[in-house]
Amino acid sequence: MDYLKAFIVGGVICLIGQLLMDHTKLTPARILVSFVTIGAILQGLGLYQAIVDFGGAGATTPLTGFGYTLAKGAMKEIKEAGILGAFTGGTKAAAGGVAGAIFFGYVMAMLFNPKSKK
Amino acid sequence: MKTKMSSKQYEEYIKDKLPKPKSFRNCVAAFIVGGIICDVAQFISNTAKGYGYSQESVSSITAISMVFLGAFLTGIGVYDRIGKFAGAGSIVPITGFANSMVSPAMEFKREGFVFGVGAKMFVLAGPVLVYGISTSIVIGIIYYLFGK
Amino acid sequence: MAGKRLGKQTLRLSSPPSVISNATIVGPKEGEGPLAQYFDIILKDDYFGEDSWEKAESKMLKEAVKNAIKASGRSSTNINFMFAGDLLNQIVSSSFAARDLQIPFVGLYGACSTMAESMCMGSLLLDGRFAEAVVCATSSHFSSAERQYRFPLEQGVQRPPFAQWTVTGAGAAVLAEAGNGPYVTHLTIGKVLDFGIKDANNMGAAMAPAAVDTITAHLNETGRSPEYYDMIVTGDLGKVGKTITLDMMEKEGFEIQNVYDDCGYMIFDAEKQDTHAGGSGCGCSAVVLNGHIMKEMKKGNINRVLFVATGALLSPTTTWQGESIPSIAHAVAIENTIGEGI
Repeated sequence: MDYLKAFIVGGVICLIGQLLMDHTKLTPARILVSFVTIGAILQGLGLYQAIVDFGGAGATTPLTGFGYTLAKGAMKEIKEAGILGAFTGGTKAAAGGVAGAIFFGYVMAMLFNPKSKK
Repeated sequence: MKTKMSSKQYEEYIKDKLPKPKSFRNCVAAFIVGGIICDVAQFISNTAKGYGYSQESVSSITAISMVFLGAFLTGIGVYDRIGKFAGAGSIVPITGFANSMVSPAMEFKREGFVFGVGAKMFVLAGPVLVYGISTSIVIGIIYYLFGK
Repeated sequence: MAGKRLGKQTLRLSSPPSVISNATIVGPKEGEGPLAQYFDIILKDDYFGEDSWEKAESKMLKEAVKNAIKASGRSSTNINFMFAGDLLNQIVSSSFAARDLQIPFVGLYGACSTMAESMCMGSLLLDGRFAEAVVCATSSHFSSAERQYRFPLEQGVQRPPFAQWTVTGAGAAVLAEAGNGPYVTHLTIGKVLDFGIKDANNMGAAMAPAAVDTITAHLNETGRSPEYYDMIVTGDLGKVGKTITLDMMEKEGFEIQNVYDDCGYMIFDAEKQDTHAGGSGCGCSAVVLNGHIMKEMKKGNINRVLFVATGALLSPTTTWQGESIPSIAHAVAIENTIGEGI
């Protein structure tokens, strides 16, 4: 059941992205940046948690989920560390993903060469 | 030439001459591929939970695994083919974030490891991190000042 | 001032130089297209034995120039000047090729209009008796252009249906004072026009007004009608730009559909090769002209052509700054016999 919910929620978020790509002048880069920001803001307002509770990975995998992780981490860390938490919390929560992206990105870039397009 | 058109007039004039994207097909493809990628993440998540990891660790494990997957598929030259078909379905998930880091890094290898690979990794990912982290900090500060 | 300038932009050459030889080198995709049989060399991959695409492109340009010179029967020391340009920053393909060729070199930037621009400059030197033989060349490369202007190749992106595919190709022509044609008889130097298109994926629409402006200037200033020519061909307007050009030319009072075609539209099979609106890049018009059109002229199937190469003069920086895309088109009239028309 949770696979179905994840599929639907994730699919819908990607669908919104596709509509923006096809019907506005937004480039993929700008869409990614908007989605991260919106995800963070929605969590700041306490709204994204409900989507995560329902959709699981369908809500956390899209880049809105990355924003959610950052905002949630900041808010959580504030409870424990005060204002300092605003700075440390987000990055702490997202540390695994970011470090992984950097490290694996480097490894793959070293191992592989870009292929010519057909 | 005799014809004079303002930018707005020209934009209007060419509108019906531009082929339109197959939006319905693109949306369906984006929905399906996005859904599948999320299900892969859900599977990893469930598996990690099954091993007894805490919720936070599960999040990190899932994120790291998905990033690895995106990076690997980019390296072997498959992710761009997925992207052509799926559009936002491959750009929006975190695997797309990994793709946006690995593809310029691979491409600019010829410019060396410092300014090529090292710097170019952040051409597209940089703005995501800048705006994501900054927004979370602002939210944090607001929460601290006004929070429940 | 009497004589060689007709109107504001068109020049009539009093000693029309001859195009005495041509050479083309293309990448694998172009070699699978409808004009494949006209290209001299079709590469198996787009690295051409080099370790970067930039080096590959420069090698393609150099080899095209060398082959054109060889086909002319002259040695490279008997070629007085080289006119060349390309799409890469600081036109490095051309400069680095010229480094190895050691011919006095004039680098040009006209984006995709460079083939016409180089032939204009070369023809003027020959007509003015400043040279006996010159070589005019240009190149483009899909991978090196995408890297500079758009996205890394492995990035998952969807290209809009009106986007074009940069041609991997290099074309060169040797022009000489003495020869039996085909002759370069008239040149029309273009003005930069900008009708406000900002989308770098929509080149055809951005460049069409410049093509229309140059073609109408040429026809008005020479007094020729479109039917004087067997072919009026634009460089790389693609399917969308072609449609716009036909329509705008009609608004200007010229019916060109019987003689009009576009190199970008001709070079790829849009259906089979998934190239959306067609080919683009300096190499596009260069290989179609130096391959297909010149061979057909030598056979006598085409006797008079107006070659109008179009260039989009943007840079990645101007795009990020929200600027629109200014464009230019230069026209070269090439005819098998002189003395007709003006």
